[in-house]
Amino acid sequence: MSTDDSKDSITAIDTRFGLDARQLEQTLGTALARKSDFADLYFELRESTHVGLEEGLVKRANVSISQGVGVRVLAEEKTGYAYSDEITPEALELAAASARTIAHGSSAERRIAVRTGIASPSHNLYPIDAKGVSRPLPDRIDLLQKIDKEARKFDSRICNVMANLAIEEKQILVTNSEGTHIADSQPLVRVNVSCVAESGGKRETGNAGAGGRFSIGFYLDEPEQAFRLARDAARQAIVNLDAEEAPAGEMKVVLGPGWPGVLLHEAVGHGLEGDFNRKKTSAFADRIGDRVASELCTVVDDGAMERRRGSLNMDDEGTPTGRTVLIEKGRLRGYLQDRLNARLMGVSPTGNGRRESFMHAPLPRMTNTFMLSGEDDPGDILRSVDNGIYAVSFGGGQVDITNGKFVFSAREAYRIEGGKVGAPLKGVTLIGNGPDALTRISRVGNDLALDEGIGVCGKDGQSVPVGVGLPTIRLDGMTVGGTRT
Amino acid sequence: MSATKPVIETAREVLQTAHAAGATSADVVVVSQEAHAASVRLGEVESVELSRQKRLGLRCFRGHSSAIASTADFSASGLESFVRETVAMANVLPEDPDSGLPDATLLERNAPDLQLEDPGGFHIDGDGSITAARDCEEAAMGADPRIRNSEGATSSASASEIAYASSIGFEGHYRTTNHSLSVSPIAEENDAMQGDYWWDSARSREDLADPAEIGRIAAARTLRRLGARKLATTRAPVIFEAPIAASLLGHLAGAICGGALYRKLSFLQERLGEVIASPLVQITDEGRLPGGPASRPFDAEGLPTRSTTIVKDGRLESFLLDTYAGRKLGRPSTGSASRSIGDAPGASPTNFRLAPGLTPASDLITGISRGLLVTSLSGMGVNTITGDYSRGASGLWIEGGEIAYPVEEITIAGNLIDMFQSIDALGDDLRPRSGIAAPSLRIAEMTIAGS
Repeated sequence: MSTDDSKDSITAIDTRFGLDARQLEQTLGTALARKSDFADLYFELRESTHVGLEEGLVKRANVSISQGVGVRVLAEEKTGYAYSDEITPEALELAAASARTIAHGSSAERRIAVRTGIASPSHNLYPIDAKGVSRPLPDRIDLLQKIDKEARKFDSRICNVMANLAIEEKQILVTNSEGTHIADSQPLVRVNVSCVAESGGKRETGNAGAGGRFSIGFYLDEPEQAFRLARDAARQAIVNLDAEEAPAGEMKVVLGPGWPGVLLHEAVGHGLEGDFNRKKTSAFADRIGDRVASELCTVVDDGAMERRRGSLNMDDEGTPTGRTVLIEKGRLRGYLQDRLNARLMGVSPTGNGRRESFMHAPLPRMTNTFMLSGEDDPGDILRSVDNGIYAVSFGGGQVDITNGKFVFSAREAYRIEGGKVGAPLKGVTLIGNGPDALTRISRVGNDLALDEGIGVCGKDGQSVPVGVGLPTIRLDGMTVGGTRT
Repeated sequence: MSATKPVIETAREVLQTAHAAGATSADVVVVSQEAHAASVRLGEVESVELSRQKRLGLRCFRGHSSAIASTADFSASGLESFVRETVAMANVLPEDPDSGLPDATLLERNAPDLQLEDPGGFHIDGDGSITAARDCEEAAMGADPRIRNSEGATSSASASEIAYASSIGFEGHYRTTNHSLSVSPIAEENDAMQGDYWWDSARSREDLADPAEIGRIAAARTLRRLGARKLATTRAPVIFEAPIAASLLGHLAGAICGGALYRKLSFLQERLGEVIASPLVQITDEGRLPGGPASRPFDAEGLPTRSTTIVKDGRLESFLLDTYAGRKLGRPSTGSASRSIGDAPGASPTNFRLAPGLTPASDLITGISRGLLVTSLSGMGVNTITGDYSRGASGLWIEGGEIAYPVEEITIAGNLIDMFQSIDALGDDLRPRSGIAAPSLRIAEMTIAGS
């Protein structure tokens, strides 16, 4: 577990499961009923560790080890999928036979050739040094205790601190009927701090977190990176103690840089995923080339950024990740694709075929989704608003792909009066219409920032880590869901 | 897949290994599951999925220090090193004086059979599932020419075995089965699309609603959204349709569970014994409802489950506690511990029900001059520490006691305590198909934000 040292991923996964090329050829051969079909095997080995502190005490450490294989057969628009956490020749054969029931065709065996050597992705966005992704448990416990002290030191009204260090080491191997035979080793770490502030019978919370695809050693070697989060969570809890009721109705909204990029994720990102557009269930279907945002807006999805939480060397189908332009100067340019939907739509996969684990078939998903910087000074953007709302941190959002309506909720927001940032507001939920919201962007700042690395995206019951990013922007006329009329 | 030994035997062996490795006490949960799902879209099979899984979760104590681990590697050598390393991890952790297994005298000694399994046994019927999904979608698509697209229909079936054993002498296991069917049609009119869905879920396939009936309900729910408008910002009475009312009840359930309380994260902190809701409100947690969707014969610490009155005539009568949260709060466990396989036990609701009223649900709009019937909610705008509530909504606008037109892209906002206290009518339409279930309910006034 945590003491595991050698992490030579590429050999580890097939050695661990005792897999050889002959066995994989046999399984793919069983999975395929017809020549036109496609089959892939996805092997996964994952170890996740959480160490958590609350009430000043590191109370528990959890380790979860999971392993398994997903066997998929694609026949035209159909998907057959079977998975098992047992990786034996018998289990593989049974899974392959189950997955192929989707295809009604001849039962002739098809010969598949699997190369002997396993390939590696062409880029390595998350190199890990010899010390590995994890660090000894006592060191992690020590850091959590210091985080607790740092947060409590910020203000005497902080009455509880919850902090968590999470480490995930995942190894995957993708082998398919078209010759792909490739493995990747994917580290992912995260620090979360949540503070409760109490004063005069009122209580509020503040949250901060950060992480990415690197070693937890980053925070142990530079504890200030974690202390900064502790102070920020404490500060947010204290700010929210004085938050006033938010107004209700349509008004100008300024979104700060970074995490408020969740706007893009909900308003346009999901609606541009290939599956919804192939099935024409998205409000963005058949709209390539259309104006869907103000011409100040260029939005991309980039899975190939170093160390980012949403990044991957290759997606979960073995396709290299890259940058996809979704919206260019306000016009819709492209969709996010996995293999299945790319093939059915006659385009190339974009490296966005992702899955939560071996228990799930891949879907087109976002990686790091953000808007490129504009030219405005962020201070000027705030000064340009006479009466509105400035939102700097968000909890989460949701979208109805079909009618385009999306909603997301602020965790920290302020009133803007006469161009100045005023009182903090509580309960700021923003609601809008995806194909329309970005056309209301009238100013784009020169301060693009990506979020700190805490995003989780859910779709069809599958959660995957993602990133978002945004420069400061002004939206003219969004509905704010406060209580004050 | 291969012939395996009963899960309870594995649990017993792991406890022995843990003891030998130096654990002062321990508990083990083993869950194995077999599942099948078939989806049909536009009349064609879209996906078929089959799975088998088995996982083991171990919690080890060294005095008052504990560590938790889970694995799917059941090989003898794999389990041996898994247990050793979990105990080693517990050695490194600080002591938490409130941690530990429950008092052995409280353990369930005679777990009842709650009929959580299909009496006919569990068989995967691939063709039957596809037929059910196809019939369901066909009924939805055939309901109206404006329904021309679909996200498909899915028929799922699963069987699980859950075993729990602890070093203070508890051993228990039970089986459950579950069958469900859902469909998501899409309607289009004047170039605007709307989607909605309907579903059913039951312990046995025979108890599921007729697929065509599920399809027709989904179609009606989808069609009524066509032509939705935005509203002007206003204050008005708000009716939560039953499936949506369950989400409100869910926020209350979260706030009375031990974990939120001892961490001081609940808007119902220190409100025990106080009036927190309208006198119409009666809420119970029924752990042993025969065949219930969230019933369990014993909790995740081996304690008997029970029926607990949560709210009586608007007064908060009980929290839901596990052993640890109970010790923190100076109260006994209510037998409410549940546990995901790799995590510590924590209290959670079972069959958590807001009792229905006598008013036919369709009469809740009677007498409302202008108001909102909410049929769908979205977003995460619920602050569970303050009760502040602001969520995206869509539904039907009411004028003169009648449905006037559909509305969307609005929010409804208030505070959960105020909302529960101003419930002025409850419908008769409780649908006990999910763990947390409520009838339609009416709240006297909320802020509705629109244009």
